[in-house]
Amino acid sequence: MTVFVIRRLLQAAIVVLLMSMIVFFGVNVVGDPVDMLVSPEADQAEIARVIRDFGLDRPMHEQYWYFLKGAASGDLGNSFIFGQPALKLILHHMPATLELAFTALLMAILIGIPLGLYAGLYPDRGSSKAIMAGSIFGFSLPTFWVGLMLIMIFAVWLGWLPATGRGETATFLGIEASLFTRDGLSHLILPALNLALLKISLVIRLTRAGAREAISQDYIKFARAKGLGTGRIVGVHLMKNIMIPVVTVLGLEFGSLIAFSVVTETIFAWPGMGKLLIEAILQLDRPIVVAYLMIIVLLFVVINLVVDILYSLLDPRVRLGEQGA
Amino acid sequence: MTDGTLPIPKAQSPFRRFASEFFESWIARVALFTLLAIIVLALAAPWITPQDPYDLAQVDVLDGRLSPGSEAFAGYTMWLGSDGAGRDLYSAILYGLRISLAVGVASGVIALIIGSLIGLFAAYAGGRIETIIMRLVDLQLSFPAALTALILVAILGKGIDKIIIALVLVQWAYYARTVRGSALVERRKEYIEAATCLGLSHGRIVMRHIMPNCLAPLIVVGTVQTAHAIALEATLSFLGVGLPQTEPSLGVLIANGYEYMLSGRYWISVFPGLALLLTIVSINLVGDRLRDVLNPRLSK
Amino acid sequence: MTLRRTATAAVALAALMAAAPAWAEKLTIGLSSEATAVDPHFHNLTPNNMIAAHVYDALIGQDEKQRLIPGLATAWKPIDDTTWEFTLRKGVTFHDGTPFTADDVVCTWERAPNVPNSPSSFGTYTKGKTVEKIDDYTIHVKTDKPYPLVPNDISTIYMVSSESGCGASTEEFNDLSAAHGTGPFIMTAYEPGSVISLKRNDKYWGDKPQWDEVDLKPIKSAPSRVAALLAGDVDMIDGVPTTDIETLKKRDDLTLSQGSSNRVIYLHMDQFRENSPHVTAKDGGEIKNPLLDQRVRLAISKAINRNAIVDRVMEGVAIPAGQLLPDGFFGVSDNLDVVEYDPKGAKALLEEAGVGDGFKMTIHGPNDRYINDAKIAEAIGQMLTRIGIETAVETMPRSVYFKRASRGGEGDLPEFSFILVGWGAGSGEASSPLKSLIHSYDKDRGFGASNRGRHSDPEIDTLIEDALATVDDAKRQDMLAKATEMAMENVGIIPLHYQVNTWAAKKGITYAARTDEHTRAAKVVKE
Repeated sequence: MTVFVIRRLLQAAIVVLLMSMIVFFGVNVVGDPVDMLVSPEADQAEIARVIRDFGLDRPMHEQYWYFLKGAASGDLGNSFIFGQPALKLILHHMPATLELAFTALLMAILIGIPLGLYAGLYPDRGSSKAIMAGSIFGFSLPTFWVGLMLIMIFAVWLGWLPATGRGETATFLGIEASLFTRDGLSHLILPALNLALLKISLVIRLTRAGAREAISQDYIKFARAKGLGTGRIVGVHLMKNIMIPVVTVLGLEFGSLIAFSVVTETIFAWPGMGKLLIEAILQLDRPIVVAYLMIIVLLFVVINLVVDILYSLLDPRVRLGEQGA
Repeated sequence: MTDGTLPIPKAQSPFRRFASEFFESWIARVALFTLLAIIVLALAAPWITPQDPYDLAQVDVLDGRLSPGSEAFAGYTMWLGSDGAGRDLYSAILYGLRISLAVGVASGVIALIIGSLIGLFAAYAGGRIETIIMRLVDLQLSFPAALTALILVAILGKGIDKIIIALVLVQWAYYARTVRGSALVERRKEYIEAATCLGLSHGRIVMRHIMPNCLAPLIVVGTVQTAHAIALEATLSFLGVGLPQTEPSLGVLIANGYEYMLSGRYWISVFPGLALLLTIVSINLVGDRLRDVLNPRLSK
Repeated sequence: MTLRRTATAAVALAALMAAAPAWAEKLTIGLSSEATAVDPHFHNLTPNNMIAAHVYDALIGQDEKQRLIPGLATAWKPIDDTTWEFTLRKGVTFHDGTPFTADDVVCTWERAPNVPNSPSSFGTYTKGKTVEKIDDYTIHVKTDKPYPLVPNDISTIYMVSSESGCGASTEEFNDLSAAHGTGPFIMTAYEPGSVISLKRNDKYWGDKPQWDEVDLKPIKSAPSRVAALLAGDVDMIDGVPTTDIETLKKRDDLTLSQGSSNRVIYLHMDQFRENSPHVTAKDGGEIKNPLLDQRVRLAISKAINRNAIVDRVMEGVAIPAGQLLPDGFFGVSDNLDVVEYDPKGAKALLEEAGVGDGFKMTIHGPNDRYINDAKIAEAIGQMLTRIGIETAVETMPRSVYFKRASRGGEGDLPEFSFILVGWGAGSGEASSPLKSLIHSYDKDRGFGASNRGRHSDPEIDTLIEDALATVDDAKRQDMLAKATEMAMENVGIIPLHYQVNTWAAKKGITYAARTDEHTRAAKVVKE
């Protein structure tokens, strides 16, 4: 187990190093952040000063070396634009994103599993077919388009929910989140739903497939023959079987939720780190882009670890440490 | 090639059986028909549209934002209206479809070839090489495609070639995993052992025996991935890092129309949106049906 | 004592409540831009300066037309060619209670250009000037050489307190521990990416704002911003996209305010290369750069239907331009008209210049910088293609565009041949665009920094330089106007239109549009 964890972390370190290098050099090829920073009124001397101050006049490999040295001591550099440590900025924006992704995940489970189960248990009913058709639409609709439609319908036409931003936050059990206030929740619903839509469809399909497969298996038939109630069969035997793929995929999809929050945050002006990233990309704020990636990779390593451990708990046949074959 | 490459060699006409099973579902029939219609329309665009939206001499800003059914300065009717630059939306959508489909299919095919080769190689090589390749695949898959593509396009810059490269780089792993999975199963089977004993070359075994058996899952993954790639391209274009605005794909058209949504000029983004939706949904429905038909474990 | 104060407060409150409905005391504004910090000297950029103006004051203010008005200085005058005297306002206190005096000016002057990590410093405005304290309420600003724009430059520097502000870091401003200005509002919260909260400074020396509290929320996506206003999340927004103006105007629960800005959208043409990289003959072969010929440049100008661009692309929300700044600004010429759309004349001119068969060219432009920038580039491409100049259009994000446009080519020269750009005159007068866009590129003396077409005319250069050393306003006005006329005669650049900015607010809330594109909550008025 320890060996397994250490190996995973080592792999993560290599990925982080590679990623940082690619992005570091890549962003530099795209354009020059200086033009994004200086006031148009600035003269040539001021432009030269900014280039010098930010170390952009030095050769790339030298800049990268400085970056690595800093990174080794936990300093990922200062944002060009904000002048603050990139790490601090990202961590500051992270709770909002995690909250959004977590809520979306919850929605995916709470809406997806029951619908998927239903569709799996009664595949021939019209309503099941409607659910499946809906799920096809769910993952075919581009997120950004749905986001705008949600704003149009629920905020502008009906006026039920606010269109943009994050609501008031409150602290509960030491966690500060907008989940705990009415205002916060009302701001959260639309973006979370927007983000969750894709995952809801995914969970529906996974659950349905799992249920259909399980239901034809002998042990379920046997349980039925034994006269166990449908509720118990579904609740205990089926669920256990379905949960394995669902947990794995959701674990992985949590990462993709964080990634897709870039789109949702842009549309809903949600002050998370996805919005920070897309703005950093558009403005060539290299330290933020690099730091964001490094943090995301770490986050993924942790998520994958957790998924693997959960997996081993749910299915005793899986043993950690066995790779490849 | 000979009929040895067909998916299921033993039946007399496996394709006919497959087809009749596929067409059992009316949804699949409609989806396939729609998809074919879309492809034909996209291919025929230059001959069936009144305007080449990429030729600036034919586009007039004075025709900008006309509502559906208006008459253009040049005399033809803009049945779906025009966008802000004066492009006839009907023409622009068909040309946009070409780009979207081209991006989706090109990236899908390239990723399929590269991914399959890597997957086959891994399965066939085994041992350490396989472990390393598959770790790479896992890593790639654990990283969200949207994010990888976003970063790649940000680094590579705008342009059709660049977006195809980015999409290939995020897709190859799916194919590699699929092919390796099927290949592993096949490799252990007796007929391969027999073939090896017969002294057939590796290349021959892979191409004639292992590959055909990977085809079914590949087709399924391929359709889903193509739909995914088209949607991803649209998303990237929406975020402003995808394709250039002057030769719009469907994604760019929607993104351009996005700013007109609140002003009541719905047609600028609704029509391209519907075209995109129809394309992706029909591909997904076809893929879904293919999965059901090609996966014997679920179908029966 | 306490009782009496409470009573007075109660009376005041009652009066206030009678005067205005209770709901109107908090204002929420959705902004199209976001400041990178709330340190007033960290980043010399419009979004930052606009936020700073809520909390801090400069010695000289700018009214909505960017005319200079008294700020923390009540009067100023040149006492000789290189010395300006400023009389400071008495009785002003910072938000932390310390009085404002000449010491604050001296130390602010020291801090403004030297903020660590600044991505764009205020050195542009402070350099070449020294501040000297005469007494607590008088200072002298000395310049190296005669320089008329001292008051304009001074108006960009926001004053911080010598006790809490001058020694503070940007972090201390951001966490509000040093955020004490003299301005109309006190900052109570700064959540980057989310909100800046303000409350009224009841001790403000000028007209006190009508709002008890103000929230400024950045909502960069334009449709989202409009949706937020329609959904009632915010009371007012800036940067209303041109596409929505018509619809918003029709609604009776909203009021719009519009005004021309100081920003001109124009075209730069390669005037320094014999072979321009993006200009070729129709068959793709090399040709001598036709843009070097004034007649070709004029032909291009005549081929552009500015009214069509304003009408169709800008949806009527822009003003066709004939020079560098709209009417009413200091230094504009009265003798210049908008070049008329005349495709026949344009063709004749091309014929005359020996390129009657036309040529091929690419117009490059940004797609996320100016209002409808990519669409304008497309429209121009269409119009030029019609007179035989086959024009391809290439637009890109500004992160890529500006580097290439400024120094992406060989030898760090501008890469493109024909580009679309915009220029906002921060100083609110004509020397700003003339100095940066028209004057020959001169790295050592800081001229022509944004002259990406490298237009060069020694006569105009001399005139601009002389104007920048003429303290007499009337004389300078004439010189600037003359320089502009000469530049337009040369067709050094082709002005297209002046941007018009639009604000939208709930009925009953009005705002006087500002030419500098600032949204200032203190000037938002409820009826």
